[in-house]
Amino acid sequence: MKLLTHNLLSSHVRGVGPRGYPLRLQATEVRINPVEFNPDFVARMIPKVEWAALLEAADTLHLVEVPEGPTEGYERDEKFLRKMHHVLLEVDVLEGTLQCPESGRLFPISRGIPNMLLNDEETET
Amino acid sequence: MDGNHQSDHKHSKTEKKFLRKQIKARHTLLRHEGIETVSYATQILVVANGGLGNGVSRNQLLPVLKKCGLVDALLMPPNKPYSFVRYKTTEESKKAYISLNGKGIVGDVGQKIILYLNFVEKVQWKESGHQALPPGLMVVEEIISPEDEKMLLESINWTEGNGKQNIQKSLKHRRVKHFGYEFHYETNNVDKNKPLPGGLPEICDSILEKWLKEGYIKHKPDQLTINQYEPGHGIPAHIDTHSAFEDEIISLSLGAEIVMDFKHSDGVTVPVMLPRRSLLVMTGESRYLWTHGITPRKFDTVQASESHKSGIIISDVGDLTLSKRGIRTSFTFRKVRQTPCNCNYPLVCDSQRKEAPPSVPESDREATQLEQEYVHRVYEEIAGHFSSTRHTPWPRIVEFLKALPSGSVVADIGCGNGKYLGINKELHMIGCDRSQNLVAICRERQYQAFVCDALAVPIRSESCDACISIAVIHHFATAERRVVAVRELVRLLRPGGKALIYVWAMEQEYNKQKSKYLRGNRNSQGRKEEISSDASVQESPVEQTPDVGNQGSACSVPSISDFQEGGCNSSKFTNSKLPIHTNRTSFHSDLLVPWHLKGNPAKTNLTCQTLSNVSILQTYYDQGNWCVILQKL
Repeated sequence: MKLLTHNLLSSHVRGVGPRGYPLRLQATEVRINPVEFNPDFVARMIPKVEWAALLEAADTLHLVEVPEGPTEGYERDEKFLRKMHHVLLEVDVLEGTLQCPESGRLFPISRGIPNMLLNDEETET
Repeated sequence: MDGNHQSDHKHSKTEKKFLRKQIKARHTLLRHEGIETVSYATQILVVANGGLGNGVSRNQLLPVLKKCGLVDALLMPPNKPYSFVRYKTTEESKKAYISLNGKGIVGDVGQKIILYLNFVEKVQWKESGHQALPPGLMVVEEIISPEDEKMLLESINWTEGNGKQNIQKSLKHRRVKHFGYEFHYETNNVDKNKPLPGGLPEICDSILEKWLKEGYIKHKPDQLTINQYEPGHGIPAHIDTHSAFEDEIISLSLGAEIVMDFKHSDGVTVPVMLPRRSLLVMTGESRYLWTHGITPRKFDTVQASESHKSGIIISDVGDLTLSKRGIRTSFTFRKVRQTPCNCNYPLVCDSQRKEAPPSVPESDREATQLEQEYVHRVYEEIAGHFSSTRHTPWPRIVEFLKALPSGSVVADIGCGNGKYLGINKELHMIGCDRSQNLVAICRERQYQAFVCDALAVPIRSESCDACISIAVIHHFATAERRVVAVRELVRLLRPGGKALIYVWAMEQEYNKQKSKYLRGNRNSQGRKEEISSDASVQESPVEQTPDVGNQGSACSVPSISDFQEGGCNSSKFTNSKLPIHTNRTSFHSDLLVPWHLKGNPAKTNLTCQTLSNVSILQTYYDQGNWCVILQKL
């Protein structure tokens, strides 16, 4: 699971709503997966990123050199874009958990795949 | 080609005919098999008409080829009317090209066959993957002595007619005799209250006792069916009715060997050689889930090497030849089941099916259970095959994805094997599916995917620029749940974001065009026709429960086998019984693939229109699906 994907995930436990975001990440195995750098693509992702969630996740993974936020004129700031490229697209969580910040429900990440299935009681409305 | 520059009048009439045929063979190979021939000499020749599918066996063709030079390899693909030969040198292959083109040889049944040779650059033949015997299957060679074989064969009195001791019938493709209980082909079952007088022939008793003692079988059978197959005879693919017989089914092959085909519901076929005097033991999965049958033909494709006797015919094209069938007599012993079947294969089990016919769900909980049983579990089971048959993305979906602006975040809800996740590299696509196995396939393909239910998608609201949901929403068992699924999809969209939804249409035909799903592929249709004609009325209703194997190799939707109890008519499905769809057949009233949208695509929007925050941009019909593109306001 890439951190860009983590940035999009939110807890869907019944009744949690927006308080289910962001999911707390715990990782026991992380791999760096080289991905071809596409500055335009990364630049387009920047406005879609929830920074607080990204910084929290990067922090739990002890990533260094993570920009604190978008810089001015970041679209042409290759250094910034390269750092973001690495954080968002190359860091790959293989094993670990995602935890709903509201209900405490844990979701396993195994072989890079988050299992977000809830049981019936958790979804019934 | 070589030496063809002379003017036509120098060729005799026959020569011209051969040239014409050779060119025709070249076109046929290209058109039907995609085999490209070349006009210059190579070491490899494709020998049109010299194939196993044409009644030419390895030991007929090889000596002919060897006369022209040293043969490096002779590859004979099963059921194909051609073969490939590779010579050590180009000189030798040239010699073969010149001397064998248009040459007649005599085939296995004495027919005259004219060979047409062309050069190819490479051998185009895909080896099918490694195969294993179906689980629970065993073939014991030389289980009885030739003396016992003779005695058993002589004990059958085919001429005695309908005696009281046993029942004899001549079916379309074989002769049968029943002992112990009569097997009724009309119901595919035995009448448990009416055992035949006399029981099993005495002669079998000591043999069965011996097998019990030696551990080949665990239970003593009480029913015997003797089948006699002449060359060209066969038996359609079937699963022995679960409720009729116990787990263990054994069959003794006498008089001649034969190849029996085992088919899994996912399309895998395993041809198994049953040598003369061998015992076939089917238990567990091979008995309950796999179909078995014998193709009516006069020759079997078999392994050429002597060492190989029983078991799987591996499609090693360098080691296949033809074996002429003889008269095979089989003694099939079964034990009549006195209690309902409780096997682990409820999808193909008539006992378990009868006890719990699915009904239209009344509560949400029931709906969940129904989906769990008929949708999710099936997808998990068929994930591998499902994935391998779904590699071609549908053009209009590709078009939708390619038209999205670069840098869009797109969710694919029910992404299956992820065939749309990599369509447009300029998008960040995330996929989700209920099936862990399918999501694992996505992950292997380096896509971002996770496991979840389409009713509760763990993606933050308004984070997606677009969503797609292809052939998913019809799996929900009630209209309410379908609405929830669409609402969930819309929740993910940012205002202005678009969703593309495909749902299966009841009618797999539109403007008289059958969808691809119904057209199927030629092979599977051919096969189906063959089987249905076998099974057709008159004298031989087949010994067969609904056959999951003959529905073609591609199962698009969770193909739970049809459960036709004496014929499947929509009229039968009254009250609240929930029929489940059979592969590549027209829909009657298929509630797990529901959407009653007769002929009017506008009604597809019913569900969408219950949502106030969307506008419908477009609806259309594509490949048996009603499709809608909607936009969040």
